[in-house]
Amino acid sequence: MLSRTASDLYWMSRYLERAENLARMLDVSYSLSLMPQDGRGAGLDELAMPLMITGTLEDYLQRHGELHAERMLNYFALDAENPASIYCCLQAARSNAHAVRGRITADMWENINASWLEMRGIAVQGLGRYGMSRFCEWVKERSHLFRGATYGTIMRGDAYSFIRLGVFIERADNTLRLLDARYELLGEDADEVSDSSARGYYQWSALLKALSSFEAYTELYRGAPDAAQVAEMLLLRPDVPRSLHACLLELAQILIQLPGINGRPAQRMAAELEARLRYTGIEEVLAVGLHDWLSEYILQVRQLGAAIHSAYLEAA
Amino acid sequence: MTRTFYDEMYDAQGVCRPHYHGFASWLAQTPPEQLAQRRREADLLFHRAGITFTLYGDEEGTERLIPFDTIPRSIPLSEWRMVERGCIQRVKALNLFLDDLYHGQRILKAGIIPREQVLANECYQLAMQGLDLHRGIYAHIAGVDLVRDGDGTYYVLEDNLRTPSGVSYMLEDRKMMMRLFPELFAAQRVAPIDHYPNLLLSTLKSASPVDNPNVVVLTPGRFNSAYFEHAFLAREMGVELVEGADLFVRDEHVFMRTTAGPRPVDVIYRRLDDAYLDPLAFNPDSMLGVPGLLSAYRSGNVVLANAIGTGVADDKSIYPYVTDMIRFYLDEEPILRNVPTWQCRNPAELSHVLANLEQLVVKETQGSGGYGMLVGPASSKAQIEAFRARLQANPGAYIAQPTLSLSTCPTFVESGVAPRHIDLRPFVLTGEETRLVPGGLTRVALREGSLVVNSSQGGGTKDTWVVED
Repeated sequence: MLSRTASDLYWMSRYLERAENLARMLDVSYSLSLMPQDGRGAGLDELAMPLMITGTLEDYLQRHGELHAERMLNYFALDAENPASIYCCLQAARSNAHAVRGRITADMWENINASWLEMRGIAVQGLGRYGMSRFCEWVKERSHLFRGATYGTIMRGDAYSFIRLGVFIERADNTLRLLDARYELLGEDADEVSDSSARGYYQWSALLKALSSFEAYTELYRGAPDAAQVAEMLLLRPDVPRSLHACLLELAQILIQLPGINGRPAQRMAAELEARLRYTGIEEVLAVGLHDWLSEYILQVRQLGAAIHSAYLEAA
Repeated sequence: MTRTFYDEMYDAQGVCRPHYHGFASWLAQTPPEQLAQRRREADLLFHRAGITFTLYGDEEGTERLIPFDTIPRSIPLSEWRMVERGCIQRVKALNLFLDDLYHGQRILKAGIIPREQVLANECYQLAMQGLDLHRGIYAHIAGVDLVRDGDGTYYVLEDNLRTPSGVSYMLEDRKMMMRLFPELFAAQRVAPIDHYPNLLLSTLKSASPVDNPNVVVLTPGRFNSAYFEHAFLAREMGVELVEGADLFVRDEHVFMRTTAGPRPVDVIYRRLDDAYLDPLAFNPDSMLGVPGLLSAYRSGNVVLANAIGTGVADDKSIYPYVTDMIRFYLDEEPILRNVPTWQCRNPAELSHVLANLEQLVVKETQGSGGYGMLVGPASSKAQIEAFRARLQANPGAYIAQPTLSLSTCPTFVESGVAPRHIDLRPFVLTGEETRLVPGGLTRVALREGSLVVNSSQGGGTKDTWVVED
């Protein structure tokens, strides 16, 4: 496969996965901002969180001056000038798909093209009229549909592999960042491991719901969510599809199947990361300190992404 | 001046022609609401599928739909046989002409075409001089534009031997018709065209001496007006769609950059003009081409389809000689007629043209896409005078032809169904043999009275049927 094609496929699915994760981020923050804030303001901190996670808070402040609920939501979701907005991610995904429309199935192309056309319609309407929760649901649904069309129609070849590489690199990064941000925001509260405060409960369950992992959690732990168990599930469980370990398992398996020898550094890196997670317990993670551990892994995942890039996507 | 038009569906007495009977009775029985609903469905499907073209110089709507009309253009089989033979004859002669031009130049020596007409033409490529091509084929893919005059006679309006486009619309229009109106195809046998990509691939493969050659489609990129078609054809043929940056030349061989390392390329179906192919040999500013491609080509290590330098044969100043070429190379009488053409570079013909501008169509010899032309009867006095000045300033760059009436075909318009002017572009493939799929692309001028069918000028398309008489 052409390196450029592989790159377009990879970024197409990365951007789409990113749009989905941004919607998940937005969903959790928006629903928490509607809770009583115990004297912490009008939920603005909460709404600023997605901007912090994506590193766009500064740019937002420069352009809009103050934290303002509606403007923040709009900036994060629909702003065509904000390259990290959901709008721009869908645009980029569609643009990558357009470049490789000969290599994806008609079902996939029609799906992603329709998403983009509808996105433009929603941007014209504005979030106020469309509805915040409905919008987040819509983004997730379009992403699910695309995944379904991909899974159901594309040949199991290199194209499928690069599409999936993009998904799991992006998802691994997003899960790490979401967990990190939530943990940060809880501050000292988070360390009271058997946190029984209402606030902790809602924080963690909102995160689990945003990651579609609430059901898995109740089934696995049969109790109110707390920091250690949430972290264990989202980092180390191989059977929870949005966990870090699940993503690395997929990445390692996909990389091994790719042809050519130029991928060895990336293959080795993925296998090592996967093995480390497999033999790590949550006590070790907490001993390092959750934030430090997460920061280290965000870096590792980024390096894996770079290794994939230099091995396949810009090959000479 | 009143003109008589040949209508494809109804004869002069308003009686439906036999080959349209099936369609006409279906149309009469189908409620208008249902037709309108299917047309909206078609629009939606085209939009969703992103079957679009890009209009240059239009910042806003960079991607547009080509209007698709659901009333097909139908050709009886016996008539099609004649058109088919005529196109094959013409393209054979044009390929022989190009081979001759870049080798012995017999036709120039015989005085049939003036030397300077060819050798001073900027499409004549010195780099092709003396180069032997596999099977001697230059135009592997040709589009022959046909129109019909008032009495229904077919005329060749022009030959397209560089990178003729539109075949994807031909194929998509058929798919759409079959999706929207399957009952029509059950009632009437329409000759299938879906195998075009297959024929194209076998044509491209046969252009190379290599066994099972690696074929690619070279596109200028996704901002090109015909990008949809490039991607479409690559996908239908199952070959790679490449941009210039995906290819490189090493030791006069062409390779593409892949995830598993460099891979050799044998045949390039290029949808890129000569001038952009190789920045080392042609336009040095081109970012679209592949440095060193020409040297690989001249060494015979890669096939370009179409060959470099075919433009000299479809230039409008060479067009008047095509019928002579057919007689010269094939020793046959031309099956399809040329439109009578005045060459403005000849003072006598120029003065005739200047005296009759209101009745003529004047075109740039190098122009395409309906840009830079004058349709006398449809132009205002001021437009004609402005054009006259340009013509007088550079007469050599223009030819003139009588305004053909162009046949009409019933078409859905806002006020209902009305006749609109159409043309026909069959696509002629030359490999081991010269062949085409039945039909071609029918373009329709959607504005009332307009004779310009180009998509850039508000034209649409119709499905083209070849049906048994």
